[in-house]
Amino acid sequence: MSWIDKFKSKAGIGKKIPKPTPNWVECKRCKEQLYPIDLEENLSVCPKCDFHFRINSRERVGQLLNPGSFIEHDANLVSNDPLKFKDIKRYKDRLKTATRDNPVKDAILCGTGMIGEHHVEICVFQFKFMGGSMGSVVGEKITRAIERAINEKHAMIIVNCSGGARMQEGIFSLMQMAKTSSALNRLSENSLPYISILTDPTTGGVSASFAFLGDIILSEPGATVGFAGKRVIEQTIKQKLPEGFQTAEFLLEHGLIDQVVHRHELRQMLNHHLSLLKDTPLEALRS
Amino acid sequence: MQQILEFEREIYAVENQIRELVSLSHMYEGVGDITHEIAKLKKKLRHKKRDVFNGLSGWQKTQVARHPSRPYTLDYIQYLFRGFTELHGDRHGGYGPSVIGGFAKFDQRSLMIIGHQKGRDMQDKIKRNFGMSQPAGYRKALRLMRLAEKFNIPVVTLIDTPGAYPGIDAEEKGQSEAIARNLQVMASLKVPLISIVIGEGGSGGALAIGMGNRVMMLEHAIYSVISPEGCASILWDNQKKVTTAAEALCMTAQDLLQHKVIDNIIPEPLGGAHRNHKRAAILLKKALRPHLNELAEKNPDELIEQREQKFRSLGVFMEEEG
Ligand SMILES: [Zn+2]
Repeated sequence: MSWIDKFKSKAGIGKKIPKPTPNWVECKRCKEQLYPIDLEENLSVCPKCDFHFRINSRERVGQLLNPGSFIEHDANLVSNDPLKFKDIKRYKDRLKTATRDNPVKDAILCGTGMIGEHHVEICVFQFKFMGGSMGSVVGEKITRAIERAINEKHAMIIVNCSGGARMQEGIFSLMQMAKTSSALNRLSENSLPYISILTDPTTGGVSASFAFLGDIILSEPGATVGFAGKRVIEQTIKQKLPEGFQTAEFLLEHGLIDQVVHRHELRQMLNHHLSLLKDTPLEALRS
Repeated sequence: MQQILEFEREIYAVENQIRELVSLSHMYEGVGDITHEIAKLKKKLRHKKRDVFNGLSGWQKTQVARHPSRPYTLDYIQYLFRGFTELHGDRHGGYGPSVIGGFAKFDQRSLMIIGHQKGRDMQDKIKRNFGMSQPAGYRKALRLMRLAEKFNIPVVTLIDTPGAYPGIDAEEKGQSEAIARNLQVMASLKVPLISIVIGEGGSGGALAIGMGNRVMMLEHAIYSVISPEGCASILWDNQKKVTTAAEALCMTAQDLLQHKVIDNIIPEPLGGAHRNHKRAAILLKKALRPHLNELAEKNPDELIEQREQKFRSLGVFMEEEG
């Protein structure tokens, strides 16, 4: 860069004028420009290349449950920072920002609803809330949902979308793996179905507990799913990872999940599995 | 060679002084002053050890917990149990050498003992994969827990791992599923389960054999959701922040007891377990016995219920109004 270019760039002269806020979204995979309304109508799947966009928890609930059937539970559970954790930011401040920017008060939305004829307890991760990380609130809300499922004899559904444990809650976040798995053991003893849905991404402590304890485990196409993060594995083995490693399709090939299901089929597939597991008539869903 | 940690230097220095004086006293017999001097130094040594080891920071404890001379599972087995016979394999094509297990006698009672195993020399370290288990290790642990359950034999697990192995083959064979399955099965186990963190309690790989009716930690052991190094690199984006990260994570036995995540702390010999394996084992034995006796009185439903309630109560949150 010549001195004049440096000067220009410092002063902001000759910079390209930023385009006005676009009213379209770019597909992360095929770079197609998409209108948000079209995208949402297509359940946030790229109509051109089938890329599944990450979606927020309320949108997900709308896609999976019978319209108007969702009743939210435990919406008021919030973290109170047990370790008074501070890295480059205070955990308290991170929570504040996340609460302001999200439609839920922690990284998960839980409630009761219906899929076709089936009553379900459903928990959906909110990735934008601190990477969908699991701390005490997430663990408690999932555990309560499982307990409700046992009491009400409902099926259990968890839509996973999380980077894993929330480091800012230290050992407490690790212990949520034990707590939720223990609750799932009770659910299992009661012969109530639990379907786990893996979406992009499902890793770490979430992956190594309830996400992989589903009676049936489904995954969205292309989702990254695994125990260790890619960077950690590369640093450990000092090798590049193969193409397609830790994708839903990779997991299917290695016998780790039951099905890869397109988002368009997901609601119908849940209804289908629940009908088979609960021995009720197979019926197509009305949209 | 004995690895000496930075904060142990003064302790070793005093020990060397004592050793020199002792050899002097052998040369010049009956020199009262030397004997007196030795006694003074021995007292100084005790105080020094106490001062240093009572005031260890999170990062210093991490170093003690990872000390290459620290007793490992097989060392404790040798001192604590009789008739230990190692049982191998997960029965699904995996060997899993980072986790070991088998039946043994403790007092007059049969026990199933399962633990992470790190290697002592380089060859052994590689064989044990530095205590980082593949799914096979966890599945072997699961198999052995169920085997113990079948014969109504209590299970004791010794935890000492940097974490579950992050590798291509580990992912292909379902590392997540292996850990998750263990958590669910431990919740259902009909026999007493006691888990003791003897060194490093590294995240999911530690918890995978750690859902005891009682969870205890050795005095200088650590137990954390992530290593201080990992935490520093992710949250601070700076590898040099390990000391700060170790403190922030509250990963020492003392922190975890205060937060009621563990049931009790097992004392170590003064100066750390690495200074005296046998003494460390005796202290562990003393701590283990009453808990085993107590749990042996409980029936399967009580054991499951107690374990469930214990983990059900872990977590800190608030419920906002309205
Ligand atoms: Zn596209």
